[in-house]
Amino acid sequence: MNSSEPNQLPETSPTALQGAGFILRLMVIGVVVAGIAGSFLYVGGWFTPHALAPATVVDTFEQVNGQYPGFRRNHAKGICVSGYFESNGRGVAFSKAVVFLPGRVPIVGRFAFSGGRPYVADASSTVRSLAILFKLSNGEEWRTAMINIPVFTVNNAQGFCDQLLASAPDPATGKPDPAKMSAFLAKHPETAKALQWIHSQPATSGFADSTYNSLNAFRFINAQGVVVPVRWSTVPTRPLEPISNSSPKLADTNYLFDALIADIHAKALQWHLIITVGQPGDPTDDATLPWPPNRQQVDAGTLTIDHVESEDTSPVRDINFDPLVLPNGIAASDDPLLSARSAAYSVSFTRRESEHKSPSAVSPAEAAR
Amino acid sequence: MANSPTQFSLLSRVLHWLMAAMLLAMLFIGVSMVASLGNYHRLAAIHRPLGILILVLAAVRLANRMLTTLPPFPPTMSCQERFIASASERLFYTLMFALPLVGWGMLSAGHYPIVMFGPVHLPAILPANPALYAVLRKTHTILAYLLFLTFLGHLSAVLFHTLVIRDRLLNRMAVWPTRSKKKTSQIQKTIL
Repeated sequence: MNSSEPNQLPETSPTALQGAGFILRLMVIGVVVAGIAGSFLYVGGWFTPHALAPATVVDTFEQVNGQYPGFRRNHAKGICVSGYFESNGRGVAFSKAVVFLPGRVPIVGRFAFSGGRPYVADASSTVRSLAILFKLSNGEEWRTAMINIPVFTVNNAQGFCDQLLASAPDPATGKPDPAKMSAFLAKHPETAKALQWIHSQPATSGFADSTYNSLNAFRFINAQGVVVPVRWSTVPTRPLEPISNSSPKLADTNYLFDALIADIHAKALQWHLIITVGQPGDPTDDATLPWPPNRQQVDAGTLTIDHVESEDTSPVRDINFDPLVLPNGIAASDDPLLSARSAAYSVSFTRRESEHKSPSAVSPAEAAR
Repeated sequence: MANSPTQFSLLSRVLHWLMAAMLLAMLFIGVSMVASLGNYHRLAAIHRPLGILILVLAAVRLANRMLTTLPPFPPTMSCQERFIASASERLFYTLMFALPLVGWGMLSAGHYPIVMFGPVHLPAILPANPALYAVLRKTHTILAYLLFLTFLGHLSAVLFHTLVIRDRLLNRMAVWPTRSKKKTSQIQKTIL
């Protein structure tokens, strides 16, 4: 029976369709295949080239700041540090992440200025950042990229790009166009409100005396499965030093990094990791809104930074401080900026890792001084 | 029957359709996550463990493929078609291994933790290396597009045989009830 089967095939299955039937069936195949291919291209954004995508955000940075191959597209100027986090165990009540068990975990990190210009002159008015990677004992990682303003200036990726374009220097004057900025603020009242709040806070003078904030809300999940909204900050142990108007070092384009390097060489710097626990109803999807001041704050431990290195020699240069690299026990909130940051950081990372690296503003010799 | 099966083995057929759904889902997740600001994180969280599951199933499938007897090609397939079918099968197997391995290697070289779910994560399979990351990241995209094109070609060919030539090529891979030869001839007899 088996051997005769192939011979039966033409009998039960006509081999050649003629005329209309043939054309119709070919069309059906065409529609199915084109439909699948079209859907694939559609979800890949091929038919919506002007929609805001991760690559668009990074393109906007390159458009505003210029091309600096090999550097981060944002927070381009920085130096790398390492040290350890000593947990006191108080975080365990809120998160099952093993980083909060009492004990010490190694950390690496990076201090930087916000903005995409890797050779920009240091200025105490420029937003400063601290990114930290906690290496947990079970092999998990917690990465966080924080900045020294209390709330963020925008609450979504579109606002972020609009702000970048509005604050771009005018090629004629070399300064941002005030008309563009006021048009942006009129369109984004949340930014105007956030800026008011930011300017009402005391200004810090350098890297070592600044508090760095997560800005975006996250969720902590403890061993009992209780979920709470949180924001976190690293608060320096050293007191705030007001900005000095007669700083003799202002001529040095790296004067704030040099001060940080000197501070770390003199004595390890420390920050408290403060977890702010939100209440139901606190905004978790809008990074421009502060939480009420009476929220519970938990000091989960101390970050000690005792080593500093130039980007040119540190492996931290090649770490993407994606804010959604989180250990079990910490999760994203509904803040749309988190996924957007994760996506855009990935594009920036891929671009710079594909490019030839140029020397950083702060040289290895400068970091060793 | 044992010498010349009319269908692939049940395990082969189940693996084929299961992995077809997974691979197609993976391709769509992959192409949309890199274009998405809002869903990037959610999609990436599915993409990683699903890719590793595909790698595991690819190993099962390869072992199964080497151990089972295949049904013969139908006589409606020409020499060239048989050659293309065999070559594309080899390409599918290569890509089912290569794509997850390149993805895993790319995250390793990019100094990322390889998070599966909860605290479960995989070790790095390559040392952290920027240039290697850049090459593997590009390779991952190119291989994914190659897989999608291979899939479209495979789909077109099978649909052409099934709908136009009507040689029941698809029945060899069916996990649904098909009209056997016997039943067909019975029906024909009834009609006659």
